[in-house]
Amino acid sequence: MDKKIKGIEFLIALFRMIKIKNLHASIEGTEILRGINLEVKAGEVHAIMGPNGSGKSTLASVLAGRDEYEVTEGSVDFLDEDLLDMEPEDRSRAGLFLAFQYPVEIPGVSNINFLKTAINEAREKRGEDPMAAKDFLKRVKEKSKLVELDGRLANRSVNEGFSGGEKKRNEIFQMAMLDPKLSVLDETDSGLDIDALRIVANGVNELKTKDNASIVITHYQRLLDYIVPDYVHVLYKGKIVKTGPKELALELEEKGYEWIFKELEAVSA
Amino acid sequence: MLQGLADVEKVFQYKGMKEMQTEDELIEEITNSEYKYGFYTEMDSDQAPKGLSEVIIRFISAKKNEPQWMLDYRLNAYRIWEKMEEPEWAHLGYEKPDFQDLHYYSAPKPKVQLDSLDEVDHELLETFKKLGISIEEQERLTGVAVDVVIDSVSVATSFKKKLGELGIIFCSFSEAVQEHPELVQKYLGTVVPTTDNFYSALNSAVFTDGSFCYIPKGKKCPMELSTYFRINEANTGQFERTLVIADEGSYVSYLEGCTAPMRDENQLHAAVVELVALDNAEIKYSTIQNWYPGSKEGKGGIYNFVTKRGLCMENSKISWTQVETGSAVTWKYPGCILKGNNSIGEFYSVAVTSNHQQADTGSKMIHLGKNTKSTIISKGISAGQAQNSYRGLVKIAKGAANARNFTQCDSLLMGNNCGAHTFPYIEVSNQSSKVEHEATTSKIGEDQIFYCKQRGMDETTAINLIVNGYCKEVLNQLPMEFAVEAQKLLEISLEGSVG
Ligand SMILES: Nc1ncnc2c1ncn2[C@@H]1O[C@H](COP(=O)(O)OP(=O)(O)OP(=O)(O)O)[C@@H](O)[C@H]1O
Ligand SMILES: [Mg+2]
Repeated sequence: MDKKIKGIEFLIALFRMIKIKNLHASIEGTEILRGINLEVKAGEVHAIMGPNGSGKSTLASVLAGRDEYEVTEGSVDFLDEDLLDMEPEDRSRAGLFLAFQYPVEIPGVSNINFLKTAINEAREKRGEDPMAAKDFLKRVKEKSKLVELDGRLANRSVNEGFSGGEKKRNEIFQMAMLDPKLSVLDETDSGLDIDALRIVANGVNELKTKDNASIVITHYQRLLDYIVPDYVHVLYKGKIVKTGPKELALELEEKGYEWIFKELEAVSA
Repeated sequence: MLQGLADVEKVFQYKGMKEMQTEDELIEEITNSEYKYGFYTEMDSDQAPKGLSEVIIRFISAKKNEPQWMLDYRLNAYRIWEKMEEPEWAHLGYEKPDFQDLHYYSAPKPKVQLDSLDEVDHELLETFKKLGISIEEQERLTGVAVDVVIDSVSVATSFKKKLGELGIIFCSFSEAVQEHPELVQKYLGTVVPTTDNFYSALNSAVFTDGSFCYIPKGKKCPMELSTYFRINEANTGQFERTLVIADEGSYVSYLEGCTAPMRDENQLHAAVVELVALDNAEIKYSTIQNWYPGSKEGKGGIYNFVTKRGLCMENSKISWTQVETGSAVTWKYPGCILKGNNSIGEFYSVAVTSNHQQADTGSKMIHLGKNTKSTIISKGISAGQAQNSYRGLVKIAKGAANARNFTQCDSLLMGNNCGAHTFPYIEVSNQSSKVEHEATTSKIGEDQIFYCKQRGMDETTAINLIVNGYCKEVLNQLPMEFAVEAQKLLEISLEGSVG
């Protein structure tokens, strides 16, 4: 009996990734997130869609721990830890990765050095030795191939002078290098040409295992042809107002958001 | 302090750092970082009484057993200095040193001609150890010849024999006066004349030692030459004199490093460095300056008033590279006189000021010859209440047809209480020349820091990484071992306690 319960708990723990409950957050006194509820389990892909300004990037930033945002209510449980209580760097080390909508340039710091610093610091915190240079370079080679990132970009300064598409690819390259548990991709598809889109999506799919999960923020159904989501959520004015299967994305593409808002008004009226 | 190649890897590791909550706390942490080299070595020292007069100058000269011409040079300088006023124009505020309250000569005992390490005073060896320079180690591992000047007397030179075989002279200035008077007499004061400025005149009168280097025609110096300066005694002024001569077609890379113990009172350092690059010669001169910057309340620290200048003859090149994190007050404008046609002058600088440190630094490029080129890359970083000024002069003479200058002057601010100022002076008297000046001021980016944190780095690591990136162009100019050292210094001066 005992054994059985343990087994179930173990299974539940295995699949639990992140649980967001009634999350409210504001910036400079304006409430942007107004009660987000979302649960993502290991092995799942969730898509978040929604009109401009609905709070998608805000959600990503709050999860990653940007301190400009004030969380006023709610909780976020990440791999059995209180995510909101953790520093951004600890969230990262625990396995949370954010592919930025607008990746940041760091002049004079090579991509390689940047990642090496990041990886080795995380290892050090876990009490591990730094990664041997040989292994590190092997990994760089392998992962840059995955997103077909030009080898030269790995040696250039982080995002400096990268084209929009290169920046996005670089985010996925970093994701591959860091091997996170939960990835939040904020409009990684915008600015990508058709080929790049396919490459990036393939990369994401290759990295997918039954032990990790992703939240994919996008405006376009196109991306979801490649990265097939288990669920599609619609974010509107800081709330998830509709959740559906992957077909919902198709419907949105076809009809826009208007009908959902109308539905909502009808309900609240 | 000097590290072998094995340590290169460590640059990318950041150990024992505290985690921080806010930028304010970080800045607090940065401005609280303690000076790591603040030990004081107890050694008997042979000191001149305080104050400056002809008698003291004669004392110094006699102590050093100098020839008459050297004494005359000093006395002449002293008379010139007496008539000069201390300059006021720099963007600095500090209490003027009392020149009569300083010791102008302090030699660690025993004063020795050192042939092997066994003869070196034990305390002195300890000092080297604390400085991180183990001479044996260095000879073996790094291939760097080091000349160490503690207070004023050069006490150890290594690699001399090896260099001697090539005809390269690398020795203390005093030794050069004794052994190579013709070279010293020929070049001393030719680049920085005694009358140049208040501090150069003072230095010319009272300098006690320094380094001398001569590279014969066509010879490439096979190793980095390096000098360490350290001020040890209280109330001692350090006035060292460096003269580097690269004869036609020769090459040398030279590095100086500086530290001083922590003291409540201010200490004065007024050095003069003269470089001569004859036709087709090249000199690379790198400085890592880490003099005691004073306490975080602004007490004590070194006044660093230095005149550094190079003379370039035809097709020659002089590069100044400096990473400066120390001193309470810095006043220094390394420059080049581009006299020969097609000569090149370069200046790469990183100056970090935190707490109450003040720096007024920059470069002077004087174009006299045709097709002369100069580049100035200056990176200032200010934190705490520090003030960091760039002051640069680019002068293009009438005859300097097709002269080119490019100046880039960037300032990085950390926090809201520090300041960065830029004072470029450009004088162009030739139509065919071209002068470009770019200047930027930025605050260290919250976005950049957050980006790094999101990838798993602590705030301190993030800042180090960003700052190192910002200084990259300059650090790249340093010889590898020193680049590592410089990066560490930047970390130390921008971090809290380093464990
Ligand atoms: N500093 C700020 N002060 C006030 N409002 C802000 C601030 N930053 C963001 N906002 C607002 O928060 C809202 C949500 O922005 P967010 O970037 O999360 O939207 P989004 O859903 O990601 O939009 P997009 O699809 O355009 O990327 C917007 O209305 C935005 O103007
Ligand atoms: Mg967005």
